[in-house]
Amino acid sequence: MDGETTSHPDNKANYEKGKRMKKMVSKVMMGAAALSLMLAPAAWAENIKVGAILAVTGPASFLGGPEARTLEMIVADINAKGGINGNPVELIIKDSAANPEKAVSFAKQLIEEDKVLAIVGPSTSGETMQIKKIAEDGKTPLLSCAAAEVIVDPVASYVFKTPQKDSDAVKMIYKEMNKLGLFNVAVLADNTGFGKAGAEQLAKIAPEFGIKIVEKESYDTKDSDLTAPVAKIKANKDVQAVINWSVAPAQSIVVKNIRQAGWNVPIFQSHGFGNIKFVEVAGAAAEGVIFPAGRLLIAADLPADNPQKELLTQYKKNYEAKYKENVSTFGGHAYDAMVILEAAVKVGGNDRAKVRAAIEGLQNLPGTAGVFSFSAKDHNGLTIDAFQMMTVKNGKFVAYSGK
Amino acid sequence: MTTELFVQYLFAGITYGSIYAIVAIGFNIIYNTTGIINFAQGEFVMLGGMISVSLLPYMPLPLAIGLAVLITMVVGALIEIVFIRWLTSPSVLRMIIITIGISILTREAAVHIWGENIRSLPYFAGNEITTIGVLGARISPQVLWVVGVCGVMVCTLHLFFKMTSVGREMRACAANRTAAILCGINPRNMVTLSFVLSAGMGALAGCVMSPITYTQYDIGTGLAIKGFTVAILGGLGNSGGAVAAGLLLGIIEAFSVSVVPLAFKDAISIAILLVILFVRPHGIFGSGEAARLKAF
Repeated sequence: MDGETTSHPDNKANYEKGKRMKKMVSKVMMGAAALSLMLAPAAWAENIKVGAILAVTGPASFLGGPEARTLEMIVADINAKGGINGNPVELIIKDSAANPEKAVSFAKQLIEEDKVLAIVGPSTSGETMQIKKIAEDGKTPLLSCAAAEVIVDPVASYVFKTPQKDSDAVKMIYKEMNKLGLFNVAVLADNTGFGKAGAEQLAKIAPEFGIKIVEKESYDTKDSDLTAPVAKIKANKDVQAVINWSVAPAQSIVVKNIRQAGWNVPIFQSHGFGNIKFVEVAGAAAEGVIFPAGRLLIAADLPADNPQKELLTQYKKNYEAKYKENVSTFGGHAYDAMVILEAAVKVGGNDRAKVRAAIEGLQNLPGTAGVFSFSAKDHNGLTIDAFQMMTVKNGKFVAYSGK
Repeated sequence: MTTELFVQYLFAGITYGSIYAIVAIGFNIIYNTTGIINFAQGEFVMLGGMISVSLLPYMPLPLAIGLAVLITMVVGALIEIVFIRWLTSPSVLRMIIITIGISILTREAAVHIWGENIRSLPYFAGNEITTIGVLGARISPQVLWVVGVCGVMVCTLHLFFKMTSVGREMRACAANRTAAILCGINPRNMVTLSFVLSAGMGALAGCVMSPITYTQYDIGTGLAIKGFTVAILGGLGNSGGAVAAGLLLGIIEAFSVSVVPLAFKDAISIAILLVILFVRPHGIFGSGEAARLKAF
């Protein structure tokens, strides 16, 4: 499969139309430019090239799919409104299929050949870590849609990320456990970059909250039945709660297998659970799962004075109307990346270094994951307040209100 | 280890094992009539699951499954007729590469038709949290469905090959193609039939396992690798061997969790495959003499 996505035929049509439009626009512009040369320096309508490396297909397609669709939607919106500073945005999406080698070659291609202004993505933490240095050396802003904290810690001056921090998610979970009086936990994590980073953070932060990890297992994202490891954990009578840290569909299988084993243990999940599809396939087993996530999932229930409310309901409405599928927090990460980029380009113009500096200067910018305030030291821009504890009730995400 | 835990591991192993065995038998049916390994076998399983999920809103569950199996059988027949039938004396290697191509093609078609989302059929009995107790262990009733359907399929297939004249004709082609032609059997039709049969079996397995394992456009590859391991382990072409080897591998994988971390589960099955290939290349249950007479 080739890198460019063609999953939506109408996109191609739009793209073609866009190309024709662009040709026309550029002809008019050439004339205008000739005139303006004689007069004074005027604004040039040059394309703002934005690259995106997303796992549209492959094992992380549930991340990359919504991300790619979101980007296509929001870029079309921006262009319909006349672009940024009057310049149209040109989006180049590359499908990495969650393969780090592909991500590396696409990153080089986007930076050196396409000469993009900035790159959105990759979708997964593993890929992002592979191209962190490439973006830094190529002096191209990278706005990762992946969650692991190592992406921005230590800070690389050109690398940013839009999802909330793992460590904040861990703290939210442990806080809730302290309230519920649960101290001995079993950790099940998937074997992706996200799962590994999460398991590390869980182990690192546990002592702060007096929590002991008594069982630990990692599973493959392609595992189709996890009855055996669940039986093993269940046999340990010390376990009071299970933390299931994953971003893959296999996390729903864990939940199902726990309940099928007749085990009524409290289950906590990560912010990687924020796709209603995972709830649908786990069915009745997903009821009562507790997890921290961005407020996009409960947009309609938010109080009117919430700074994110308007943007969240707008995004949810547009996305669901356009693609006939439920919005997920993952698509939201790409949305945030584009919102941040748009705000930064308005300040810095079509220049990599200036855009980078402009991102660091953004304050109180509402996105889907939370309200972003960047600084030279903080390239994530979100605090623990970006999270809210949620649970599943009658097959829907609702805010969790304690016991 | 308590009895409870033992039974729990055992049932987990039998569930994995039955699924592996069905895929392996699919490999065997085609291997027996053509002498090739059809690497698109896993895709039949995926198609069965996907089509039945798509049909479900319009009809009751048994009908959706039945129709999905039929459609997959037609797809299997089409694949054979379009890609394989017209080849005149193709080499084994060429045919294998064709099946790999078909597998990739089917996967890409599936991602365009159904998207990258996971889907699943509802549980046949009860729901996601219904369990039944067996000797203190708790299992989902769907596990019994998987094991039951796989068992019935294997027995039916055995009777089909032993009792019916079509079944005997297929075996004749497997035993000696030239002699079969001399007896008036059209081996080309038998090859098409073997694709239809293995597509149908794969599709049915895909439907029954879908509530437990989910269906996604790319589950085929993983299943094909495990099924291939089992087919080799049991001796290529030997369906009884495939069942025994499938259950053996599934149970070893399940019990391995109690000794080594879960992450090593696949390493164990691949290690077993390698050992078997070194020590008994014709499989645990295969005959060494028969293996020497075959091209592949």
